[in-house]
Amino acid sequence: MTSSAPLGGNTPLIDAHAHFYHEHAGRTDWARVNAARIRAGDAMGVTYHVASVLGSYGHTSPTYFPSPGDVSRGNDAMVAIATADTQRVRWYVTVNPNHTSHALKEIEHGVARGAIGLKLLASRRADDPLLDPICESAAAYRLPVLHHIWQHRTREWPNQEISDGRDLVRLADRHPDVSFILAHLGGGGDWAHTLPAVRDTRNVYPDLSGSGVDRGMLDAALEALGAQRLLWACDLTMETGLAKLRALEVIGLSADDMADIRWRNAVRLFHEGAFPNAGSATT
Amino acid sequence: MIDVAAYIGPYPFRHLPHPDPDVLVRVLAREGLSGAWVGYLPSAWQRDPAPGNAALFAALAPHPTLRAAPVIRPDWPAWERSLHDAVALGAAAIRAYPMHWGMGADNSSMRALALACGEIGIPLVLTVRFEDLRQRSPLDVAGDLTAAHVRALARAGASVRIVVTGAGREMLEETHWGLTPAEQERVHWDFAWIWGPPEDHFAHLLRTIGAARFVYGTHWPLRLTQNPRANLDLLPTEMNEVILTDAATLSPVR
Repeated sequence: MTSSAPLGGNTPLIDAHAHFYHEHAGRTDWARVNAARIRAGDAMGVTYHVASVLGSYGHTSPTYFPSPGDVSRGNDAMVAIATADTQRVRWYVTVNPNHTSHALKEIEHGVARGAIGLKLLASRRADDPLLDPICESAAAYRLPVLHHIWQHRTREWPNQEISDGRDLVRLADRHPDVSFILAHLGGGGDWAHTLPAVRDTRNVYPDLSGSGVDRGMLDAALEALGAQRLLWACDLTMETGLAKLRALEVIGLSADDMADIRWRNAVRLFHEGAFPNAGSATT
Repeated sequence: MIDVAAYIGPYPFRHLPHPDPDVLVRVLAREGLSGAWVGYLPSAWQRDPAPGNAALFAALAPHPTLRAAPVIRPDWPAWERSLHDAVALGAAAIRAYPMHWGMGADNSSMRALALACGEIGIPLVLTVRFEDLRQRSPLDVAGDLTAAHVRALARAGASVRIVVTGAGREMLEETHWGLTPAEQERVHWDFAWIWGPPEDHFAHLLRTIGAARFVYGTHWPLRLTQNPRANLDLLPTEMNEVILTDAATLSPVR
């Protein structure tokens, strides 16, 4: 139910974890889904969608183990979407660290085409040495790294090399100059395990996205990490993003804390000027 | 509009902040809801539902907008008497947990319970899940309610009225399109676990099976009560006149 006043409030709002689809992603309704993200984002008042394309989403190679060709095609599609909507869309360049040379070239190519972050899937566990050259490149280009995470890895799950907060911390400790966005605190697994796992690693920033809307999760995240370590995001379910925004309001955060979660932390993490319509993080 | 999926009491597998009836009353007011059918959360894991039902009725007594949804276990001795006692005490709905009781889709005692509730005119509430599969405790092995369970109960007889909470699109469609039009009318669904945009599963279901099949459920205190409201608010513009069923119309007047 779109109305003139944004459902998520009037102040800037950056979705730090979004995805778009394309014609080679194996679904005929890809354009409808992309349009729905923009429609819902406008209704909520999303200022920027920071998005990635995950290869072919399983159509011609697995979503979390994309082939180099699918990685490149996905990034090409992402560039096209971002170029067509420079007012609302920013993007992460996606790579598969099993193909180091391709990944490094893809990062270089992505930065040249306007990527502001780096997306890592679950192609390799987060603490694997193969991620080191990728993160060194991210540091050189000052790209925050959004890493797919399973909250508390208790066993293997099919079709992904899952990592949890402890795995990401080991990588983050090796690369203190890189900011790591821990994907979807509400996106599966046990978020209560993640919070103490990352608490003392100051370059790890959980995003709040995911279909999970457990009561108590936001309160616990704020208590463990504070508002300056959390990024608002939606991932695949934008209604849970809006619900979390409203729940944060009910918690009674200060205006400063809300601004940090809504947009200022993102402005701090990404390069200067990435979000001209959002404002300055120092205000 | 009332909430068909609220609980009080603790959850065995994680801490829930203040799952108490006075807090629920305030939350419902904040969300603009007029009341709730309230279950006693520990009852799903307790063999004998009687003590939990007693605790539920006692806790809700001071709160007129909260109506009890006690558990009746149809393989328990004298369950028929327990059902009539619960209705006499003002139960708005009856809850059952066939997965937790190891009952298959063709379980005859569950059919008997559905028919008994139908004859009295009280809805039977079935819960698909309490939390996401990916975070469940190794001890939480009951599994999600299946579409086959719901289909079997919906087919049990014309008087049956079922409210299913916590289903996703796939389970809902597998049930709905496996029933005759008359059987479909016997089942209502909440939409707390159905995805909104960009996939727009909720909008799709409203178009295909109709808004009248949906009731409002929050799953408080397990989940954020803001989620179903957000799902409604993010429907495409052309769907801004959606009229759901108020579950208050499904339950006997107290």
